Formats: sequence, structure tokens, C-alpha cells
Amino acid sequence: MDYLLTEQQVMMRDLARKIADEKIKPVAAHYDETEEFAWPIMKIIADSDLFGVYIPEQYGGLGGGVMDMCLITEEFSRACGGIALGYAGTGLGTFPILLYGSDEQKQRFLPDIAKGKRLAAFCITEAGAGSDAGSIKTTAVKDGDQYILNGTKQWITNAGEAEVYTVIAITDKTKGSRGASAFIVEKGAKGMEFGKKEKKMGIRASATREVIFTDCRVPAANLISKEGMGFIVAMKTLDNSRPGVAAQAVGIAQGALDHAVEYARTRVQFGAPISSFQAIQHMLADMGTQVEAARALAYATARMVDSGAKSISKESAMSKLFASDVAMKVANDAVQIFGGYGYMRDYPVEKYLRDAKITQIYEGTNQIQRNVIAGHMIKESLKKQP
Amino acid sequence: MASSIAISLDKCTGCSLCVKACPFGAIHMANKKAVIDMAKCTLCGACVTACKFMAIELKKDSGPKKDLSGYKDVWVFCEQKKGVIQSISFELLGEGRKLADKLGVKLCAVILGSGIESKASELSERGADKIYLVDHPALKSYQDDPYTEIIVNLAEEHKPEIILCGATTIGRSLISRVAIRINAGLTADCTGLDIDPEERLLLQTRPAFGGNIMATIITPNHRPQMATVRHKVMQEAAVDKSRKAELIIKHYPEEVLKSRTKLLEIVEEISETVNLSEADIIVAGGRGLGGKEGFEMIGELAKVLGGAVGATRGAVDADWIPYSHQVGQTGKTVCPKLYIACGVSGQIQHLIGMQSSKVIVAINKDPEAPIFKVATYGIVGDIFDIVPALTKEFARSLKK
Amino acid sequence: MNIIVCIKQVPNTTDVRIDPATNTLIRDGVESVINPFDTYAIEEAARLKERCGGKVTAITMGPPQAESALKEAISLGCDEGILVSDRKFAGSDTWATSYTLAAAIRKITDFDVILCGKQASDGDTAQVGPGISAHLNIPQVTYVKRIVEISAGAAKVERMTEEGYDIVETPLPCLFTVVKEINTPRMPSFKGMMRAKSAKILKWTADDIEADPAALGLDGSPTRVVKIFTPEARKGGETLSGATDDVSKELVELLKDLVI
Repeated sequence: MDYLLTEQQVMMRDLARKIADEKIKPVAAHYDETEEFAWPIMKIIADSDLFGVYIPEQYGGLGGGVMDMCLITEEFSRACGGIALGYAGTGLGTFPILLYGSDEQKQRFLPDIAKGKRLAAFCITEAGAGSDAGSIKTTAVKDGDQYILNGTKQWITNAGEAEVYTVIAITDKTKGSRGASAFIVEKGAKGMEFGKKEKKMGIRASATREVIFTDCRVPAANLISKEGMGFIVAMKTLDNSRPGVAAQAVGIAQGALDHAVEYARTRVQFGAPISSFQAIQHMLADMGTQVEAARALAYATARMVDSGAKSISKESAMSKLFASDVAMKVANDAVQIFGGYGYMRDYPVEKYLRDAKITQIYEGTNQIQRNVIAGHMIKESLKKQP
Repeated sequence: MASSIAISLDKCTGCSLCVKACPFGAIHMANKKAVIDMAKCTLCGACVTACKFMAIELKKDSGPKKDLSGYKDVWVFCEQKKGVIQSISFELLGEGRKLADKLGVKLCAVILGSGIESKASELSERGADKIYLVDHPALKSYQDDPYTEIIVNLAEEHKPEIILCGATTIGRSLISRVAIRINAGLTADCTGLDIDPEERLLLQTRPAFGGNIMATIITPNHRPQMATVRHKVMQEAAVDKSRKAELIIKHYPEEVLKSRTKLLEIVEEISETVNLSEADIIVAGGRGLGGKEGFEMIGELAKVLGGAVGATRGAVDADWIPYSHQVGQTGKTVCPKLYIACGVSGQIQHLIGMQSSKVIVAINKDPEAPIFKVATYGIVGDIFDIVPALTKEFARSLKK
Repeated sequence: MNIIVCIKQVPNTTDVRIDPATNTLIRDGVESVINPFDTYAIEEAARLKERCGGKVTAITMGPPQAESALKEAISLGCDEGILVSDRKFAGSDTWATSYTLAAAIRKITDFDVILCGKQASDGDTAQVGPGISAHLNIPQVTYVKRIVEISAGAAKVERMTEEGYDIVETPLPCLFTVVKEINTPRMPSFKGMMRAKSAKILKWTADDIEADPAALGLDGSPTRVVKIFTPEARKGGETLSGATDDVSKELVELLKDLVI
């Protein structure tokens, strides 16, 4: 499928593909096994300038948008969804600053993120606040020109490895969701600690930890936008980042599919390559079509976001919902095509299945996405009523 | 007259045999006739031989015939390190003897070093008729400048028709410089050497494109004709204690012995007991070994056999074993007597580095692995069963 | 510090396949790449520049399409590229190639270091690097695995040997051929690629480098290829099968003359 990418986008994608093929693929199994954070790869991505694709040129980036970030995330994910998350998670942590930060905050933080010198992380989820983001307990209390943060964030991607954290905390309990605010907290702040590294089913090369704030003092200058804007910052951030999750899912699906096609071509049973059997051919055909449809939806959504469209929640949710379900199905079918070999960790496809699962869960479970989509559809229908 | 190549459109039938034959992809068909892209053509002549219709005419300008009759004898540059003559020198003397006999000339050894006069007899025992020896403290260890100057001086004075040199780090550095200085032709890494008796030409055959094609190269109009040969490609000359050679000791003034570079220190790293390119037996492992432990397992087998451990690029990139063990295109090229490939799939880049081994044994669980296509003996099975069993069996049989 | 890197565009051997029917090389779709060994020279040049400042010039002799190799070199840290290209160079052996490159380098005049890969992956001769330094009459150190010290007029380097390495001191200008151990080449950067895209590649012909026509191309090459043939492909041999212990015994028996 030709997505009419610009020349610059083709160059970016090819560079990301080169890094994925030459640098990430050979080490994907290693980092999956050891659950280490792939710093050498982050360094390579940093040197390639690709951390800056979605950051404006005036802040040291390449001036692209969500579409560009999706192209890169997809290529990295094709080789390893976990390593790709170190990249995409930084994007998620950066969006609050990019979308709502002041010029001063952008000057202060974006150039280092664009260069890949510092990774970022986004902190919203808590033990009691997953899908129900309204029940956040972490508080921020103003004290002179500082805020004092208290509370524990859970399952934070890039936690411990990143240097820049965007944190959603409650500044006014009485106002419900309008009482939340967003802050930038730098690693090393007094009163900020990390919990133990979580052991996960998939995306094991990515770091997931608790972030614990105990009387952690943050300069008031690090408040993003103004008090009470936290929930809007968070929702807009997720609207912008969901096409990235979709791209990650598309990459995982494509990676699994590539392995499946190659295996089907070379695996001989009953005296013929299994790709000559219609049962396998039909599976491959469905997988290929689904991946392409997911990609088309992800790209279309990303382009819509970049065009400056105001209401993107529904489409953003659709792209994430569809692509993650496709990733899960395609990776599952890839394992099936590999048969017994597919179940063995000596072979690469079972990892895609483990990596794919998270894309149905994080940044809003697919059930929440459906709620969002249906909610918008009903609202739109209501508006049409005279 | 400059050299040229032309296709006779009358004779060309458009059969496209030449397109297939061209190793440089320089010929394509247009309107059912062959067309040569001169930007890619190297005038190698492969198409001329391939064409069944004599439709390609290659004119090679060999310039005015030079008088080459003043050049005679076959020389071998004999490498020494710490006063020990390297075995490559004996291999070259073995090959040089055959060439000298075919030409009816003398075989001469050339050796440079410090305090090496006593070593001359080793060279005569290996078949040298004449030995040119230069002994000076400045020549103790190899350095580009003085070694080059002396070989240039010797060759200009004594005019050999052939010089052979080892394709070693020293040999390759030295002889390339010498060839430029004395305007001689040089062919690297020859696997076959012969004489065209009519023209008294040295026929130098070497692999190209990683051994996928072979080229025979001559030096029609320049002397000496120079060639390098890799270690272990030729048979060592047998020792004949009764042989005596004429010893010619040469002296050169200080300016010839001067070196612009200065050798400060020679560091020997004994990382393993056997040097990979010297080894007669290599046990190599690939990604199929699964990790460092796999290399310990094949290390045991190598130890029992007195061989060295080799590895594929995949295993090296995974950090299971250092790069110094890598065999293949970006690693070392080896040709041991026995190469045992364990869990090696046989990518072309790896095959390039080992396919000239005399006997290849492949052990792999995938019967479709390309390594089996080059293996003398193949075993389809689990390396973790077979390798320990082999180690045990060899240990038992070697004890007897 | 002015650094020159000599590179060569070669067919990517990963793509090289043999047609089993005709036993000839299949060239269709074979991509051209920078000689893998030259990528270490490019990286070392970029690092020397980061270390000492100065300028890196990449130079290649080849057909017009070799321009893409120079652009890639620029994306990897070189400042400019020179393509030495002329039909008169066709058929050059290592003697004529090193003559031509040396003539081009002489035209650059101001240089401190020349870096080359230890050999090219298609020819494997390792002769052109030393050939260039001989033509230029400058010192050389081959198989360099580390540049320990480098200053305006001198360098200290480690040269790989079969047994370990030599530590060698040399005045500059000097030519180094480098081995894989010297570094890990970086990935191109996006900004480097953009720079390469717009970079202008200098193109020099035989006349531009003031070369002696008699020393160029096939006419300037002492060696001649008289025959090209496909070696008998190595045939797969016997497959041993059976229980592990039996197979091991059988193999040990078959190899007993080789293993003493």
C-alpha cells in the first residue's frame, strides 16, 4: 500500500528500519530474556536524531508530528515491541510539555529530549486508578513557590530510566476531575523514589516501575498550564499518543507476519512447503489484510491529529482498539503457523504474542476505548437531532 | 592504441550468454543485441570466452613489447619473526621449486633480519638454490620502509622474473609497496600457480567474489611477476639435509635502512592456545549454540582434538565469544584440514571464510541448513547430544 | 587535521546468489554498498575529527553511480566527497587504481591522515592502501586497530599482527589501513542524511587529476585477467544418521587419519 509519504518521511522510516534490522533484531531475544533496559539501543536512536522527529525545529527537533513518530515506532516494534516502548514511552511523557507547556518549559526540556539525552515518562496510573482515572490519590499542595507531591504512581513505563516525568496529581480534592494538575518532575528530585522493576509477560525490554513521591518538592515553575488543567492535559496527551500505540501494535503484527510468511515458505511437511496449503494461505491472507487495515487506520488518525483537528478522541480510540486487536490475532495466528516450534522460546514468534497483549490493555483498555467510541457516536447522533 | 571492446551487431544473435557470463553486470540486452556498459566493464574478457558466435572483440593493448629477457629466477620472500622462519616461507619454497623447475631457473630465498645467518641452512634444506641474506639490527623486526627499500634494491639489481610472498599481515603490507616502486604486477591470494611454457608467463589463479568465481591473471609486460599466497594453501617443501645453497650476504648503507615509522613495542596476546588461521582443526559454533555455555561445550571438543574454536558473526554479535574467533567475510578466512561446524546455518558470508577447508563436518538440527551443501559429512541432530558424544569418542580413540 | 578516507563501492555479498543451473552469479537486484571494511575507516575519520577538529574528505574511484557511496559517507560524518571517474579508468588493477587515487589525493595537497579499509570485500587484495602510500611516498601503517595518540605531526597506533599487536609511532602525513577492531561504526543520523542529500559531490576526471594516460586503466595495469571461470561447486557429501553414539563412532572412524 502506498501511503504517499513525503520524501523526508521515507528517509526517516528507512533509517528506523535500518536500526531495527541491524541493531535491534539481533538483541531482541537477549533483552526479552534478561529484562534489561536496552540503553545501547537508546544511544543509537539518540545519535540518529529520531528522538526528535515530533519535536519542533526551534526546540532542536525535526519538526514532524504524530505521523512521523508512528512511522518510527512501527519500525522499531517490528523488531522488538519492548525496546520500541523506550522510544514511544518518551513520546508519551513529552506530549504534556509539547501540548501545554510554556515556551520556557519547552526551551528547558525539549532540546535534551529531542537529542535523546534524556528519556521521558508519563505518570498517571495508580493502584486504585486504572481505567477509572478520576480516582487519582496523589496530591500536590502549594507551598510558596513550590508544590509538595505525595502519592504512588504504578506501572510507569520508563520509570527509573527516564529523567523527565510528567505527573498528574490532585491540587484540589473538592473539584473532582477539575482539581487535577500536571507537573514536570526531574529524576533526582528529593522525595522521589522508584519501586522495584515489575516482571512482565511481554515487552520485557521496557522498564516498568512504581514512582513514589514522599513530600517531594517541585518548583511551581514546573506546573504545566495552570491548576485544574491536569485532566485535560492527560486526556489530550492520550489522544495524541494512542496512534503511537496503534503503530506499535501494527509493528508487532507486521513482525509476526513476516516471520510467519518466511516460515511457511521454508517449512516442509508432506513433501511440500506448508505455504502451498490453502489452509495456511488463507490464514496468511487474512493476517496480511488485517495488518494493512490497521496500518491505514493508524496513519489516517495520525495525519488527522497532525492536521490540527480539534476532536480526535473517537478516531484515536478506534486506531488503538483496532490495531491492538489485530496485533493479538495476527501474533496468535503466527504462533499457530509455526506449530510446536512457535511455542518454543528458541523461535521468535511467541515473543510477539506476549508483546502484543499489552497493546490491548495500556493507555486505556480496549473496553474503555469502546466506551469512548460509542459515547462519541451517541453524542454525534444526538447533535443531529433537531 | 588504447584497449577496447566491441560487439559485432552482425554476429550477435541475442542469445544473452554474455549477460550471464559477465561477473560485473556490465552487459544487458537491448533490441535483442548485447550492449556493454563501459562504466561497469573492466575488460576482463569473460564475455569473449562465453560468446559462441565470436561476436565480441576485445583488443588489449599490451604496449610496445619490452625486452624481458634480462629477468630470471624465482624468488621467495621468507618471513621471520624473532629469528624464527615462518612456515609460510617453507610452503612458498615448495611451490617456488616447481615453478623454477618448469622455467629451468634457480629458486632463490630472500631473508632479512638480525643475527639470522645461521638460519640460511634451513632455507637450503627446503630447496633454495641461492639465498640473499641481509643482516642488520635495523631489520630485526618487520618495518615497512627498510624492508621495502631493500627488496626494491635487490630486485632492481638482480632482476628476478617471479617473486612470491606470503599473504600475511607483513607480506601484504610489504609486497604491495614493492610492486608500486618497481612497477611490477601483483596478484593477491593465489590458490593456484603455474607456468605458461611458451610465453614463460606465471599463471596466477585466485578466487574473486568470495570464491564464487575464479580468475586467472597474468603479467605480460612487466617484471618481476609477483604473487601472494595464503597460509596453508601450498604444501611445505620437504626437508633435504643434503642440499646446499649459494649464500649471498648483502650490505646496505644506513639511508636504505632508515625507517620513518618507529616500532615501539611488540605485544603478544595469548588469548588461546591455537591461532585460528594456523590451526589444522577448527571447531566452530553458530547461533545454534544458544549462548556462552555452548561455546564451552565445543571448546572441550576443540581441546581434545588440539584445535581452535571458530565462530559465526551471529555468535560474535551476541557476545558469546570475542571477535578474534570470527570466521567469514568480516572475520578470518581459514582453510584447516578439518572444520567442524556446530549449530552453524551456513550463511554465504560464513561459507566464504571456510569453504576451502579440506574436510567439513556439519552438525545441525535443521536438515535444510545451507551448511550441509558444503559439508563432507553431515549429521542432522541436536548438537547438545552429538558434540559431547563426539568429544568422548575422540578422547577415547586418541588415547589408544 | 585534514583527513582523507578512501572508499570503494562493492556489491553487497549478502545478496550474491549463484544460479544453480548456470553456476554464474545472479546480479539482478544486487545492491551496491560501501565496502564493509571501509565503514570502519569512515567511522575512525569521523572520530578523529571529533577528537582533533578539521575536515574529512571521502574519495572514491568508480563509475558515476559510486556517487551514492560518497553521499552515504557524508551522512556518516564526512564533510565532502570526491568522485574520481573516467572511462579511461576501466580495467584498472590495483597498481593503476592506487596510482589514480594517489594522483587525486595529490591534488587535494593538504592532508595529515589517509584512512583506508584493510581490503575490499569483492577483491580482497589489501593492495590498494599500501599502493597509495607508495605512490605518494608517505609512511604507512597497515591493520591499525587503535589510534592511541595523534597530534599535529605524529601519531602512535597499534597494528594487529597474527600474534597480537605492534605499537608503532609515525610522523604525519601517514596512511593507515584499519581493521574491524578499531571501532563500531555509527548509524547514519537523520540530519547527516539531509546534509548528504544536498551535498555537492566533486567530480574529477583523468585530466583533472593530471594523470599520465599511460598509467591509467587497463593500459596502466601490469596484470591482465585472461580467464574467468566458475569453480566446481563444493558438493555436499554423506549424511550420517542413526543413534548418537553410533554416529559419533562412525564419524571418529572416518576422521581418524585427519585427527592424530
